[in-house]
Amino acid sequence: MTEPNDENLRKLLRMALPPSPETRLERDLWPRMLQRLDQAPAGLSRLDWALAALLPVWFFLFPNAIPGLLYHL
Amino acid sequence: MELPERFAHGDLDAFEALFRQFQGDVYRWIVRIVRDPGAAEDLTVETFWRTYRARSSFDPAREFGAWARRIATNAAIDYLRSARPMQELPRHLAGPAAPGPEIQEAIQRAFRQLPARLQAVAAMALIEETPYAEIAAALGISVGAVKTREFRAVRLLRKKLKRMGMEP
Repeated sequence: MTEPNDENLRKLLRMALPPSPETRLERDLWPRMLQRLDQAPAGLSRLDWALAALLPVWFFLFPNAIPGLLYHL
Repeated sequence: MELPERFAHGDLDAFEALFRQFQGDVYRWIVRIVRDPGAAEDLTVETFWRTYRARSSFDPAREFGAWARRIATNAAIDYLRSARPMQELPRHLAGPAAPGPEIQEAIQRAFRQLPARLQAVAAMALIEETPYAEIAAALGISVGAVKTREFRAVRLLRKKLKRMGMEP
């Protein structure tokens, strides 16, 4: 799968973007993790958003469903 | 009860122990993909946040490190997707003067314009020379699929560089 030209491109790439040095994590991230856990929004999932976006379409296609939905709310 | 099992049941102390044990590994893995230490710290926290949220689906018989690495890879790819392609590289991750600053910049730009999935594989396979099997495990795909993505990344890079007037 590798052509001689590809090897050349690899070399150029590694010269322009050399491998990242063996970086060590310089601080303990646990305090930030705790903050994140505290903030923990109830957050809507993608599915929630998708369903919410479908509602207007549903109402547009089936306007008769609106009273039924309001009745059940 | 073992640590992973306690974590799966929502024990915060177990989560902290796993966090402290694996934060360094997860961070180093992410740096290799996103090539930005600052972003990698944020993404490390994001990764553990995702593991914590998904704790009930974690199978304690599996290795926590491998599971976290897979989630970290997805978080890094999400980041690459949302990051602006022209973002500057941190100085110490930019290359040496050869092959010339303009060419270097063109290559960096072409690389940053790759689709996130290809960019992640290119960073790991072409730059970091991470073994294919490791990349495949982290992405949850086969070794063959990793090689295909690498191949597509090279083709696309060449195409982009050609458009910029370079013939590598």
